[in-house]
Amino acid sequence: MTTHAPVLEIRDLHVDFRLATGPVHAVRGVSLAAHAGETLAVVGESGSGKSATMLAALRLNPEPPCVYSGGEILLDGRDLLALPEKRLREVRGNDVAMVFQDPMTSLDPLQRVGNQVAEVLRTHRGASRAGARTEAVRALDEVGIPDPELRARQYPHELSGGLRQRVMIATALVGRPRVLIADEPTTALDVTVQRQILDLIAELRARHGMAVVLVTHDLGVVAETADRVVVMNAGRVVEHGTVAEVFETPRQQYTRDLLAATPRLEPTS
Amino acid sequence: MTVIRNRLALAALCVLALLVIAAVFAPLLAPDDPAKQQLLARLTPPAWEGGGSLAHPLGTDQLGRDVLSRVIYGSRVSLLVGIGAALLAGVAGAVCGLFAGFRGGWPDRILMRFADIQLAFPSLLLALAIVGFLGSGLWNVVLVLGFTGWVAYARVVRSEVLSLRTRDYVTQARATGVTDLTIMRRHLLPNVLPHLATIATLHIAAAIVAEASLSYLGLGVPKDTVTWGSMLADGQLYLGTSWWVAVFPGLALMLTSLAINITGDALRDVADPKAYRR
Amino acid sequence: MTTAGTKTPAMRPLLELDALSKEFTGPGATRTLAVDDVTLTVEDGETLALVGESGSGKTTLTRLLLGLLDPTAGAVRFEGHDLAALSPAEMRALRAGIQVVLQDPYSSMNPRMRVTDIVAEPLVTHDVTYRGRRSRARLRERVGELLESVGLPARLQDRYPHEFSGGQRQRVSIARSLASSPRLVVLDEPTSALDVSVQSQVLDLLAELQREHGLTYVFVSHNLAVVQRIADRVAVLRRGRVVECGETAAVLGAPRHPYTRELLAAVPRPDAYRTRTGSGASGA
Repeated sequence: MTTHAPVLEIRDLHVDFRLATGPVHAVRGVSLAAHAGETLAVVGESGSGKSATMLAALRLNPEPPCVYSGGEILLDGRDLLALPEKRLREVRGNDVAMVFQDPMTSLDPLQRVGNQVAEVLRTHRGASRAGARTEAVRALDEVGIPDPELRARQYPHELSGGLRQRVMIATALVGRPRVLIADEPTTALDVTVQRQILDLIAELRARHGMAVVLVTHDLGVVAETADRVVVMNAGRVVEHGTVAEVFETPRQQYTRDLLAATPRLEPTS
Repeated sequence: MTVIRNRLALAALCVLALLVIAAVFAPLLAPDDPAKQQLLARLTPPAWEGGGSLAHPLGTDQLGRDVLSRVIYGSRVSLLVGIGAALLAGVAGAVCGLFAGFRGGWPDRILMRFADIQLAFPSLLLALAIVGFLGSGLWNVVLVLGFTGWVAYARVVRSEVLSLRTRDYVTQARATGVTDLTIMRRHLLPNVLPHLATIATLHIAAAIVAEASLSYLGLGVPKDTVTWGSMLADGQLYLGTSWWVAVFPGLALMLTSLAINITGDALRDVADPKAYRR
Repeated sequence: MTTAGTKTPAMRPLLELDALSKEFTGPGATRTLAVDDVTLTVEDGETLALVGESGSGKTTLTRLLLGLLDPTAGAVRFEGHDLAALSPAEMRALRAGIQVVLQDPYSSMNPRMRVTDIVAEPLVTHDVTYRGRRSRARLRERVGELLESVGLPARLQDRYPHEFSGGQRQRVSIARSLASSPRLVVLDEPTSALDVSVQSQVLDLLAELQREHGLTYVFVSHNLAVVQRIADRVAVLRRGRVVECGETAAVLGAPRHPYTRELLAAVPRPDAYRTRTGSGASGA
């Protein structure tokens, strides 16, 4: 798979935040590549710059204070940082979609969930109201939401955390993106629900041949789902490789510490 | 310090400082006794108009009283009424809002229904009714404007407290055995204070205008006390011929209320201890 | 500061939950049984983990044993005293013996208070000799000691919470929970908001403090790997009921209840990549 050109490639990206208290260099020369049909995990602790990098991929960091001071973000070889805002909107949610950590704050509390899913189709595909609605119900069904007809008419607060995250994924996937960026998609969820959501993302990735970029702080999640992994610390990539390489022969002390600190269930006698 | 960064707020603060100085040092600053009538110099225009004189920089009114001196003395009543009413309403509203929000239950329901009923009345009408009942007078005006204003404080404090009381640090304090009164004083009040300050600035401005309205209607403070409102009322008869009698107190009123509102906005921005600003 | 602790028999558990139930009445008179007939004991000096997912009733259960909610049925007994039978003054005094550390280190501190006053709150509440201006020096000294006991420099006490990182805040929170020299500390997901490296330091600190002060912990968590590290016994909660309770090794090693097995199977394992199958079968 990795012999193909990557769908999304970030080259030597620098992101600064110019705050009143002084500039913060959040991302300092990050390079990574996501390939079709593959899951790339981006691992790091708070302040590692992983979220700023991912938001940069769609240029979603608030400007100002954010400044993209260097590098390229290539989608099929086209540099997103050079695109005007109007063209960028065609990319967002269409070619590249994002799922965030907290489904409660990412969904509009005053909109029925069906409409929120349909909105993507209406903006990007110019779908008719009725057409978008049928498609939305189908998308809800695809992400394993039981009784999608009924759920489409409900509001976010009427759904459980797991169902809300499924709605978010449906919203992200209904436009058939080629890249799905999932930023800590299961951190706010219970373990049993987390397992279901991770399985769902893997299944959809396989079915649609998407590239998945999974941002997480949990090495357990990485081991369960990712093909390749990028470890970030203080705005830099400190380690990258296949999951087996990074887990078995970590080259950096930071990665070793992170692995050692990860709580794991030991088999008990 | 951050207030100073905002130039508009700085200008507003200067206006307020001038106002306070004018009110405190009125006898020293005023060129003339505000009550002294000089019937020979009735309706003298301001100094820069034809027929004006430097003896009366802003002219004189229909009884020959010096307008500048009256504007300066009028600031005393305005400031007193504004701050007095805001203080009274703020304390009453904050106490009611804290208890209603924190305790909930029937005291909350009764208090809030009472507030709803009061809000249904136009506040000036209510003030008129009470002044009619209590009689006019400076302290009655303060009392009345305080009474009509407490609802706004109580509502804002209550809604803030409703969200604050489920905060972890309040739960923690309760689990530690801190008494309700201490929780209100230590954890709730300091966190609603910035909101109180914002409403207070709005209220001070509104109370100053309301006092002027009451005085304009002849229901405010007694005739022999100089207020901007009564000056406006006097001046309106002469608006066509001697505009300065009404315009200067009106200008003072407008500037003051504007300055207080701008300061209030600035205060709200500064109130956040984390001070995340660009 | 104990309330008539003299007549407590030596063999009595420190904390007893006896057929405890809590029902909430929602809008439209709908009723939910958040805690359903829970009977548990916590022995002096042990760590009992309460494990459950959202909706399991673990939050309600902790509020009940902290005396912040009144049970619909059953009783909470601490040192043999039924919390519901105490007068408000007795209840306040007893709270010195039960402290809590909450999950979110960002909302568990009043943003307008300095760390000195945050940590000193239980102290000032339960010991009048710490009140007032004249006791300030002694109070600061005590807060400094508490901060140092959780691995923070004493001089940080003049700072405000927002000047601290998440891990440091959680240490401050732990220092506060120790201020009134409690016997029982309820730890409500104390590490789940923290980065993994910080998480393991905080867990080590908790274990050390337990040894040092002979503390008893009720440790609420959804993370079985963390529970395995710190707990002596585990109670698994589901929909308000205890479905399984026993020694940690027994419950996690040989779970009897299907829900416990489901929970265990769901935990992501850092060595899962070795056994994963079909990861290359994508993109077909």
